[in-house]
Amino acid sequence: MRVNVEVNGKQRTADDVWEGESLLYVLRERLGLPGAKNACEQGECGSCTVYLDGVPVCSCLVAAGQTEGRSVRTVEGLADGDKLDPVQAAFVAEGAVQCGFCTPGLIVAAHDLIARTPNPSDAEIREALAGNLCRCTGYEKIMDAVRTAAAAAGGGQ
Amino acid sequence: MTSTEQRSGTVAGGVGESPTRPDGVVKVRGEFAYSSDLWREDMLWGATLRTPHPYARIRSIDISEALKLPGVKAVLTHEDVPGENIYGLEHPDQPVLAAEVVRYQGEPVAIVAADHPETARRAAARIDIDYEVLEPVVDSEAAMAPDATVLHPDHGSNVVRHVPIQHGDPDSATADVVVTGEYEVGMQDQAFLGPESGLAVPAEDGGIDLYVATQWLHVDQKQVAVALGMPVDKIRLHLAGVGGAFGAREDLSMQVHACMLAQYTGKPVKIVYGREESFFGHVHRHPARLRYEHGATKDGKLVYVKTRMVLDGGAYASTTAAVAGNAATLGVGPYVVPNVRIDCYGVYTNNPPCGAMRGFGAVQACFGYESQMDKLAAALGMDPVELRVRNAIDEGAVMPTGQVVDSPAPAARLLELVRDRPLPAERAAEADLRDLPGGVSNTTHGEGVRRGVGYAIGIKNVGFSEGFDDYSTARVRLLAVDGEPLVSVHTAAAEVGQGLVTLQAQIARTELGVAQVSVEQADTSVGSAGSSSASRQSYVTGGAVREACRQVRDAVLDLAAQRLDVARAGLELSGGKIASAEHGVLVELGELLGSTSIERIVEWRHRPTHPLDPVTGQGNAHVQYALAAHRAVVDVDVDLGLIKVVELACAQDVGKAINPDAVLGQIHGGTAQGLGLAIMEEIQVSGGVVRNPSFTDYLIPTILDMPPMAVDVLELADPHAPYGLRGVGEPPTISSTPAVVAAIRAATGRALTRIPVRPEHITSTD
Ligand code: FES
Ligand code: FES
Repeated sequence: MRVNVEVNGKQRTADDVWEGESLLYVLRERLGLPGAKNACEQGECGSCTVYLDGVPVCSCLVAAGQTEGRSVRTVEGLADGDKLDPVQAAFVAEGAVQCGFCTPGLIVAAHDLIARTPNPSDAEIREALAGNLCRCTGYEKIMDAVRTAAAAAGGGQ
Repeated sequence: MTSTEQRSGTVAGGVGESPTRPDGVVKVRGEFAYSSDLWREDMLWGATLRTPHPYARIRSIDISEALKLPGVKAVLTHEDVPGENIYGLEHPDQPVLAAEVVRYQGEPVAIVAADHPETARRAAARIDIDYEVLEPVVDSEAAMAPDATVLHPDHGSNVVRHVPIQHGDPDSATADVVVTGEYEVGMQDQAFLGPESGLAVPAEDGGIDLYVATQWLHVDQKQVAVALGMPVDKIRLHLAGVGGAFGAREDLSMQVHACMLAQYTGKPVKIVYGREESFFGHVHRHPARLRYEHGATKDGKLVYVKTRMVLDGGAYASTTAAVAGNAATLGVGPYVVPNVRIDCYGVYTNNPPCGAMRGFGAVQACFGYESQMDKLAAALGMDPVELRVRNAIDEGAVMPTGQVVDSPAPAARLLELVRDRPLPAERAAEADLRDLPGGVSNTTHGEGVRRGVGYAIGIKNVGFSEGFDDYSTARVRLLAVDGEPLVSVHTAAAEVGQGLVTLQAQIARTELGVAQVSVEQADTSVGSAGSSSASRQSYVTGGAVREACRQVRDAVLDLAAQRLDVARAGLELSGGKIASAEHGVLVELGELLGSTSIERIVEWRHRPTHPLDPVTGQGNAHVQYALAAHRAVVDVDVDLGLIKVVELACAQDVGKAINPDAVLGQIHGGTAQGLGLAIMEEIQVSGGVVRNPSFTDYLIPTILDMPPMAVDVLELADPHAPYGLRGVGEPPTISSTPAVVAAIRAATGRALTRIPVRPEHITSTD
């Protein structure tokens, strides 16, 4: 089948999509956007998190066909040209990135949290990121990064 | 030529600082190319057919139905392995594709290439294999019995390795107080997030370029070449982005399979494991059974320790022999014990193969000896930290192998550091649900919740031991681009997330005083760097990069002396300038270089280590020891057996923090994996069959499970190591587990002799 979907502000078309393909597969293998990651493809790790119509979803659990006519924003669509989104900048600055495989999903989830809750408490950060596994960092520097990003976003308002 | 010791620092981002990672920005943008992200216009997808049986004889394999599926380009079995159908890290004992027998559930039997991954999987499912199912050997003790089925007849028995250690006179030693205990460690998985994957591309010269996530490019290269029957230089490996490793990428997974399919089809072939396949695609941490006897005087001095350890290596040897060596040589922990007897066995069974995982044998031993130290403290009526401090090693201590600890070993100080930290606040009467065991599941409002505090310390060797020729290679080139000096550092060392790319550049900046450093992509066009494991890369590849830089610096100063016609003595390279005390600044480095580039390639080794005596276990087997201690504070709902870890404090001696932020990252991450083993992580195997190969059923700590971590870093230089550094990655994983378990014991009064601790161990409902 053919799938028409807006991705990062551009209208995209994927052809020859098999019905069983996930949004994650189509993004990664058909649209050249491998930023969303494939750590479990079962909805358990959050590494594939993208926005679908403004709501974060596990793209591995969304059938590609369901996105027809809808709008997707991936980690590749967060920066403004060379200017990183504050969440991205904070992850680099705070050393929250090791292998980085969890990073795209965590960044989308944290981006959504800060948009909804400008000054999240530590408990709110932990709750919001509970669906995103990281095996490298023990989450300490991820907490730092989200606090920093929230402060930066708050400062700009 | 021996290089000089002088440093050329003065640029920012050198040794001891925490510059940001060079790969950080591409990683946060989603543009870093991991091994599963690779793509070629005409590539095919590979899939692997794995056996469902832990032990079976293969009567026949019929691939005809698989070949009929449209889109299928190749279906290969053991008959198609071009070279030798056997590989292995230490002992080649594992087939690339099973021929006559399968020895564990998930062993690869056939591989398929097709134009869509789903087509490849469906074709694999159509392969018909006729098995004669055999009775598997699934118990590590039973595997050692004289009448056990021998799984590798060539090896003669199921014992991969027995490591005996005899120190002092354990048989006649007597003690005032004796405690014994039996302990069990479950099978932990590395659970890196980036699945096994890679892309094999056929080259015009008949060779293959393999882009892959691995820990050691050259050991893969060698094994792939043997399996493909090709000269080593025809198999070129390139490190693709690695999504974590933790030991699970030391053995081969899809490397040979992808190369075979690429060779047969003439097309690039990509293989990406799913999470379930990943659980079968790599080795795990050895499950262990440990029996300990500790004897001490009534004032708490250890007199003797006797232990018998059995490590279940599963179906193939992998690194079992070395893991057993570590468990044995580190088997009494960082304590002075005059009389020791250790018997450590690594055995073959039909369980999943086990090999390297962060901590490598030291983790299992530490759960045993630290549980014993708590038991001994209780028997003596002594504070558990005080007992540890009284017996702690320090520089000059003699280990059970007879090896003298010849650099700082501040075991007592690390324990005191975690003990003396202020404790976290008591739980509030009206605690936030999110801070309680069970969290928002709303299982308690505090009733039945008890707090406990526990301590542990662990010890690890750094680098490869027991006489292994452990080295790394660095190629460093200094040139000028548009008049500005630039250093290029090229090694084959695998960046797996730990931050080695940052560290290599820091060393080059410090040694050459040049701000611009480019760390080239790791591949096999430069000599081996050894593995990114055993906490060794900062030491060994760091040592190689440092030495290569120093040789380049000497060459630059020679060049300056010659071109400027000044005396070589007294010349310095600093801040991008050549200067001397006598003349001041003589020339800018960029100007001196012009179009000249200076390159040095160095193979660098640490001090040699030595094999253990096969009977007494004596020998200087290790190049360096590393220590970390933890204090854990937990809240336990004793009615439901639910646990909330409230805080984990860690103190570790790192010799010299080359990159303090990266050191913290290792301590945090290692601590988290230790917490996982303590309370949640276990591959459940029954009858040789894995019951939980998914992230739904194999749980790793989430951000809700991890408490805040307070960290003290000591920097007591090891005079034998580059910059005095000590390997960092593994020690925090080792002590975190027993500290958490000790805290749960303190909260519950339960003996808790098995990890991971399950709710029923606390409530006694099992
Ligand atoms: S890959 Fe989608 S949740 Fe893990
Ligand atoms: S940085 Fe490796 S999984 Fe999070």
